[in-house]
Amino acid sequence: MNVMDTRATSAMLYLDGVHVSFDGFHAINNLSLTLAPGEMRAIIGPNGAGKTTMMDIITGKTKPDEGTVLFDGVTDLTRLDETRIAELGIGRKFQKPTVFESQTVQDNLLLALNVDHSVKGTLFWRGSRAESERIDKVLETIRLTEARNRLAGSLSHGQKQWLEIGMLLAQDPKLLLVDEPVAGMTDVETHLTAELLKEINKTHTVMVVEHDMTFVRELGVKVTCLHEGTVLAEGTIDQVSSNERVIEVYLGR
Amino acid sequence: MTPHMLTRSLDRGATIFLLVVAALGVLIPLSNLLLPAGSFLQVPTYLVALWGKYVCYAILALAIDLIWGYCGILSLGHGAFFALGGYAMGMYLMRQIGTRGVYGNPILPDFMVFLNWQKLPWYWYGFDMFWFAALMVLVVPGLLAFCFGWLAFRSRVTGVYLSIITQAMTYALLLAFFRNDFGFGGNNGLTDFKDILGFNVQAEGTRAALFALSCLALIIGFLICRAIVSSKLGKVLIAVRDAESRTRFLGYRVESYKLFVFTVSACMAGVAGALYVPQVGIINPSEFAPGNSIEAVIWVAVGGRGTLVGAALGAVVVNYAKTFFTSGVLAPYWLFMLGALFILVTLLLPKGIVGTFNAWWDQSKEKSTAASAASAAAEDGVTEPKMAE
Repeated sequence: MNVMDTRATSAMLYLDGVHVSFDGFHAINNLSLTLAPGEMRAIIGPNGAGKTTMMDIITGKTKPDEGTVLFDGVTDLTRLDETRIAELGIGRKFQKPTVFESQTVQDNLLLALNVDHSVKGTLFWRGSRAESERIDKVLETIRLTEARNRLAGSLSHGQKQWLEIGMLLAQDPKLLLVDEPVAGMTDVETHLTAELLKEINKTHTVMVVEHDMTFVRELGVKVTCLHEGTVLAEGTIDQVSSNERVIEVYLGR
Repeated sequence: MTPHMLTRSLDRGATIFLLVVAALGVLIPLSNLLLPAGSFLQVPTYLVALWGKYVCYAILALAIDLIWGYCGILSLGHGAFFALGGYAMGMYLMRQIGTRGVYGNPILPDFMVFLNWQKLPWYWYGFDMFWFAALMVLVVPGLLAFCFGWLAFRSRVTGVYLSIITQAMTYALLLAFFRNDFGFGGNNGLTDFKDILGFNVQAEGTRAALFALSCLALIIGFLICRAIVSSKLGKVLIAVRDAESRTRFLGYRVESYKLFVFTVSACMAGVAGALYVPQVGIINPSEFAPGNSIEAVIWVAVGGRGTLVGAALGAVVVNYAKTFFTSGVLAPYWLFMLGALFILVTLLLPKGIVGTFNAWWDQSKEKSTAASAASAAAEDGVTEPKMAE
């Protein structure tokens, strides 16, 4: 049987009619969103719009009350746990940089590599040339070659953000979910991060959540604005930012 | 550059540790057996047994450090696995008594005759054979840990909740083993041992051999732990300890890792208990007391959580202090001293003795390399700072 036949959609990520409520609070309300393969999408929205909850649903941390979440057209993500979803090829960078602080930069990347993650595989692991070459390449991309043997905890905030993006690269997922990559970065770092994400987008599908409008503008991709757990507007940054309802939501009514 | 130095200095620490344990394991028995009694260098037999006990505690501490120091699983019930290993060995020793017991029954241990039992319960079968008992020393604690861990880790019970249910586990076992009808000697436990593998357990030669074997077990346990923590699996364990959900999002099945290391640790604790019992001559339900497990965690904290050498050292240091203080006028205050020790270490030496020493050592080493590099650079007239990192 051809796998293509069973695909419900050609989208890399397909959310339809998703609902989540926590103790009566509707965090996500009839959310529908599709991401085409190879696309980069920026998600904006005021605090509490449901951006992080949406990522939690996609990565299996939160189970939706109802709705469809399909990955790559075939896999129902609502039935799987975090580990399985990560194995399928969805990587996530957290809002607060979460790196393994007591381990070196290099070891952080080594842990992220998408190689055998079984207990047996890691117990009898022997480093290979291919693996160390991949780590070298990622280190170069995220500009941390010099810091490879430093403890991740000793990096600056911006470097930690990059290391986490580097861990995503090492994981080499089909879909990258990047939550607030430039929070707390300087202008130069923000610019470099935009360049880095554009570079990554050449080979990966990316979803970026960000508040920083200059950064979103620099990415130059399709923008989705969320509000109260549902899509408010979608389009180019200019279209979205001139949308009356978006202005209303951001400035308050 | 720094972590390379770190592993090297740790390697040195590990080598020294192994050499010291090996030397003690050879020299103490030799001095005890070969030198004339009462001579200055002769180690008296009671000290051999006492130090043998410390070595068993050191193995238990290693087992706890493997899960707590490296994977963040704080088990407050590890004494249960230690005691189960001890009971498995005790059952073998009981069955070796044979007709020399008070009632002279060739099959049934004395306490069963006393309770008017007619035949041996099924779970005592096989314990007349040493190989079977030795296997059970590993299998029983390992199996319990596997089942317990499978349920707990799959349901994502972590942190203080896990600690509490491990306490409950050891307490439940304590109550069960207290019961006469449970079939393990009730309150009195198992004692009055005669032989082990045909050798008299009281004999000096046997005690010396048991001491040497305990040291060997400590060395093997240390090497196993070290192999685990220095493999890539060790890095995953530390990742789980520091950021569990992050590790999950990288595609690691965290519960499998926890289950593996928890089971290995329980087997090690079982071996420690099995070596402990013939040296102290008794195993009873008090070994399951929740306080014992907590005390063992304190040894690890004092010695240095996350440093294997520290765990073993902590066990010996705290137990030496315990022996010293509980045999004098200060005896009633020992528990207060232990509590104070724990608080002081947590406040003043959060990394424990060895952890603090390692940090100090690395720092002074770094300073001296930086200084020598600076002077070398000055001599060569090189202005470019190569040691920027």
